[in-house]
Amino acid sequence: MYIPDFEYYAPDSLDEACQMLAQFGGRAKVLAGGTDILPKAKTFSPIAPPQTPLPEILVSLKNLEELKKIEYVPGKGVVIGALATHNDLVNSELLNKKYMSISEAAHQMANNQVRNRGTVGGNLINAVPSADLPPILIALNASIKLVSVDGERVLPLEELFLDVCVTCCTEKEILTEVVIPDQKMTGSNYIKFGARRSGALAIAGVAVAVEVENNVIKDARIVAGAVAPTPIRTKKAEDFLKGKEVTAELLEEAGVIASGECKPITDIRGSAEYRTNLVRVLTKRALRKAIDQGHV
Amino acid sequence: MQNAVKGKDGITRYLVTIKVNGDEYTRIVKANTLLVNFLRDELDLTGTKRGCELGDCGSCTVLLNGKPVDSCLVLAVEADGQEVTTIEGVAGVDGLDKIQEEFIKNGGLQCGYCTPGMIMSAKALLAKNPKPTEKEVREAIAGNLCRCTGYVLIVKSILAASGQEMETYYE
Repeated sequence: MYIPDFEYYAPDSLDEACQMLAQFGGRAKVLAGGTDILPKAKTFSPIAPPQTPLPEILVSLKNLEELKKIEYVPGKGVVIGALATHNDLVNSELLNKKYMSISEAAHQMANNQVRNRGTVGGNLINAVPSADLPPILIALNASIKLVSVDGERVLPLEELFLDVCVTCCTEKEILTEVVIPDQKMTGSNYIKFGARRSGALAIAGVAVAVEVENNVIKDARIVAGAVAPTPIRTKKAEDFLKGKEVTAELLEEAGVIASGECKPITDIRGSAEYRTNLVRVLTKRALRKAIDQGHV
Repeated sequence: MQNAVKGKDGITRYLVTIKVNGDEYTRIVKANTLLVNFLRDELDLTGTKRGCELGDCGSCTVLLNGKPVDSCLVLAVEADGQEVTTIEGVAGVDGLDKIQEEFIKNGGLQCGYCTPGMIMSAKALLAKNPKPTEKEVREAIAGNLCRCTGYVLIVKSILAASGQEMETYYE
């Protein structure tokens, strides 16, 4: 298999990268880990076009060391650089201490080799519906920063996704960081359901974050992945849970409501009916786990 | 970029220097040259195998700065200035590596196509975690597919290389 020819640039600073993207316009795309755009750009023959051809130019971010950090900024929260790899999330002491659920979600992605290359930024910007990081990050109310020559904008992560593989990040913009604000939530969890434990895409995945006090749910966020064109928040189920005492029936009921809110498709990995039912079960299990484990 | 030159055919070529198994190699490559093809075609290091070329099978696994990666998903230009270890760099001058010895002793390979990748993944695991559990071994080679279905003996070999026996319930 081979990739058709393209031009390659590796700018030394974020400013330079932004200027390049502005200059090249729609002819260029950003390259981070490459574990998604490179395989999709491969083809067996020049007459058979690849699934998603590469543009004329790739702008690699490999020299931008400042985007690889994961750190805590007081007053802001945990800042995850867009170029942190999935294994950086898995092995980050900070995340293991503060947001174990993010590390666990990152660990469920693909396999070790891909996790060493694939980045957080790439996972978000490719906006594949079955991606594993968006649900848990949205559940924890993450925001993102998009930078371009015209300045920067900060927006909630859930507003990034528009459709299957479509985001509101323009061709001039670079995603630089994901910020997880300080939490009131007392527990969070992401459960992925795939055909095998490694290297499989999610058939469905549900992330939840809950604030529980004296066995009463004060706040809840439930996000389902792979069951709609974008990760979706099941707001009816969230509202249903608020102010209620935790019982097995309550969690079951929340699962039923959440499954009614998703709009899955039937594909090779699972039928729409199967996925709907999965959301019911996974929501229940994720809620139970988030409530019981007592940490985010 | 300074080390790039546009040829008469309109295609830009790049000067890259990659340290492979301790030696620096400088070559001129196109942007679409994958690291696996750089190793196999430019350096004749054909121990690294091309399999699915999509990041699923792991037969092209090499260590990039000590971490296992699929070399079919890394551009040669991306590896410029980095350090790569391939299966050819595992054995020392005085003989095979412990992991290789144990693969032979325990029958950890049949057709052998996945073996270079398996050994690179095992190498990275044992460097980080000298006494892994069976679960950790299986986790570490989860990105390496073996079509001969010899996983049990592969796990056994890796555990043996770490000086442990398999708590086996399969014989």
